[in-house]
Amino acid sequence: MTTTTDVAEGRSVAPLTARDFKGPVDPDWCPGCGDFGILNSLQRACAEMGLRPHELLVVSGIGCSSNLPGYINAYGMHTLHGRALAVATGAKMGNHEMNVIVTIGDGDGYGIGGNHFTHTARRNVDLTCVVMNNQIYGLTTGQVSPTSSTGMKTKSTPYGSVEPPVNPITSAIMNGATFVARAYSGDVRHLTHLIKQAVKHKGFSLIDVFSPCVTFNLDNTHAFFKGRVKKLEDEGHDPSDWKSACEKAMMWGDKIYTGIFLQRELASLDQQEPVLNEGGPLGFRDLGLERKHTERIIQRMM
Amino acid sequence: MSSGKFDFVFSIGGEAGQGIATPGDILARVFVRRGLHLSTYNAYQSIIRGGHIFLTVRVSDEEVLTHGDKIDLLLCLNQDTADRHVGLMESGSRIVFNSDRIKINNPKEGVFLCPMPVSELTGGSRNRLIQNTVAVGAMVALMGMDFETLEESLVLRFQRRGQAVVDENVAMARAGFDYTHANFPLFAQGAPTGSKPLAVWSGNDALAMGGAAAGVKFYSAYPMSPSTGVLHWMASNARTLGIMVRQVEDEIGVANMAIGAAHTGCRSMCATSGGGFALMTEAVGSAGMMEIPVVFIDVQRAGPSTGVPTKSEQGDLWQILGASQGDFERFIVAPKDCLDAFNTMPELFNLVDKAQCPGIVISDLVISEGRFSVDPDLIDMHPVIDRGELITTPTASNGYMRYKNTETGISPRALPGLEGYVHVVATDEHDENSILISDEFTNPHKRRMMVEKRARKFRLVAEDVPAPELEGPEDADVTLVGWGSTYGVIEEAVEQLKLEGVTANHLPIKWIVPLKADAVSEILSRSKKIIIVENNYSGQFYRYLRSETGVSVDGHVRKYDGEPFMPHHVTTGVLEVMAGKTDVFVPYQEVVV
Repeated sequence: MTTTTDVAEGRSVAPLTARDFKGPVDPDWCPGCGDFGILNSLQRACAEMGLRPHELLVVSGIGCSSNLPGYINAYGMHTLHGRALAVATGAKMGNHEMNVIVTIGDGDGYGIGGNHFTHTARRNVDLTCVVMNNQIYGLTTGQVSPTSSTGMKTKSTPYGSVEPPVNPITSAIMNGATFVARAYSGDVRHLTHLIKQAVKHKGFSLIDVFSPCVTFNLDNTHAFFKGRVKKLEDEGHDPSDWKSACEKAMMWGDKIYTGIFLQRELASLDQQEPVLNEGGPLGFRDLGLERKHTERIIQRMM
Repeated sequence: MSSGKFDFVFSIGGEAGQGIATPGDILARVFVRRGLHLSTYNAYQSIIRGGHIFLTVRVSDEEVLTHGDKIDLLLCLNQDTADRHVGLMESGSRIVFNSDRIKINNPKEGVFLCPMPVSELTGGSRNRLIQNTVAVGAMVALMGMDFETLEESLVLRFQRRGQAVVDENVAMARAGFDYTHANFPLFAQGAPTGSKPLAVWSGNDALAMGGAAAGVKFYSAYPMSPSTGVLHWMASNARTLGIMVRQVEDEIGVANMAIGAAHTGCRSMCATSGGGFALMTEAVGSAGMMEIPVVFIDVQRAGPSTGVPTKSEQGDLWQILGASQGDFERFIVAPKDCLDAFNTMPELFNLVDKAQCPGIVISDLVISEGRFSVDPDLIDMHPVIDRGELITTPTASNGYMRYKNTETGISPRALPGLEGYVHVVATDEHDENSILISDEFTNPHKRRMMVEKRARKFRLVAEDVPAPELEGPEDADVTLVGWGSTYGVIEEAVEQLKLEGVTANHLPIKWIVPLKADAVSEILSRSKKIIIVENNYSGQFYRYLRSETGVSVDGHVRKYDGEPFMPHHVTTGVLEVMAGKTDVFVPYQEVVV
């Protein structure tokens, strides 16, 4: 097993291109779907980081976005709706040398899987969570989502939603996430850059990505975001300043910030877990127990 | 009624917070170190302080299967215990109590009272719990045992708290011991000594140890009675044994996390009770679809809903049979006792690894929270491990397909991280190469192929599971059928029935899936009468058995008051059914806790 850095620095294999990370089938997303930009960015980021397909595990939930593992050349798990972060945590603990990227939707991450979102952030599990946020339930043909704006008319809110949306950025910060970013899928170069930063970050990283649904969300379109998104780095935001991060994350109007809101160093779950100190990935270890241990266990029962 | 020469039951009652567990543990140690067998049942409530706790320990020089039918010696730690249970005490039994605070009202004739002047014996100690130690000394004396083994056990129990605590407890136990010798008649038959020292464990210890022995590397859980003991064992041994233990935000996360770890090659398991298992169910099916081996344990308690959290029932069978949507293959096994629970774990892990599917263990409060003696030589912590067709090193991988449609239905499973084996596992239906067949184009022929592939591999591996066997004479008057934890109580009832002139045999069912319906039908076709014994209201197992075999039966013994069967409950039920008095006998629970 090799880590990202080892691969980037030490191996004499031909560098891969984004095309090498293309999966066995083409995406079935609607033409113009924001998810294409995310897939492209992910493939580019993997190539630019020098990752090999077998060093990456992509874990998704259910929804349009979550078909992504089939479209990328990497190990993948297409899990249950809302459960990708839990499954990915288990997988990361089972093989902490894998690079784990979770690709889920806003319903997956902030709705049905909200509990796991809170706790995966708090535990600082070393994985990158890319939320493909289209502010709508697409695969079920257009119902309100946890990130839909107040007043939004959908099939389940024909008179307009009366509920305020969740703010993924401030939520993640309050939950203790150590890397919190936002992106817009229409800016592939910026998203690629953010994914690379997030994967390199040791600990839980969230990238909430605006990924317009061209079929069911006619409010938050490419046109809506294009004129509004502003990069935090262009305004000299300090990612160690959580108060400023929260203030900027709550702005939603003519100006909507993208970039890294918050980043801080904190030991990740696998670093904190002594069982992983030596012996390589748990999943590859021998199963038998040492007799000196088992004899002591039975002795204590007598 | 054990057929052993020595068969003795003592009970300790008090309220939560009075430290009932401590004398129970100390005495259990005394007995097993002496080589005596024991079985305990602790009746308690879901409170940390107050209420009524009633610990029953049965001791014998032969193996004991249940906590029995009678009480020889009762220790009352409060007045409530005395008032509740004095009526259970028969002639020749003894009641030990703190005479400073407790009065025994209306004992039956022939019951020996053993009032202990605790304040006088302890020199007015203000330690509220010291009465327990005095009582332990008294009980050891009454049972005709020497003081030395008790002293050893006290040292073992209290040494971590310092020499002063050890000294105080030894002195107080000695005071109780000597006072009893001087003032009360001892039991005519003293506790004998067994051939070799035994060990003591709970069913939850056994499930956890069985998992560890099977090579579990990942254990996740959310605390829920009566399954939490598995988490405690795992957590306390995790670092020594190299097991990752995680307490997770909810049982949904627990199950999915275990599946994630299992996918990377860890043998993974999680334990919960019925309510937690309800939350896990969607994940069970996902492991079936993704073909990831993982073990779930449901330690049943009385339901439905939150139910009676600290009481037992066999009420989750249909939940487990129906766990998760769709048709998929999984093993379901209900161990018959504590040692069987231990041995089941490596056996089940080998099966689920070979068949690449989930496995579910059904335990219940009686097994999981009961404490039992065990011959330490029977605990095999190094069992045979068979991981099936698992690829763990990168070799020639040309054209690897995760879900290859092989003749056996078993598709070799490569662990993530290996070069050349990159693949996806999916909860959507998929083809041999993991490509989803649900979204882009639904292909009925591929779908059928995959359904049949999964079914085929399970059928093949399920052949490894032994068919149930009839215990006792073939030509018995009646066959008693039970499943899981009723094993011991039915075995004892068979012995009791013999004394009543009824010959019975016993068909214990351990494997729920695969049931081996042909073998079961064949056995039952020879039975003169069939009575099913189970710990629920609606006859869940009967309905399952009937659906799988078409067998109709002559009667039922059912109990659903939260307390486990005592042997005489089954015996009486069988006699009533045999006499044609009822089809469904529901015993009266005499010990009210």
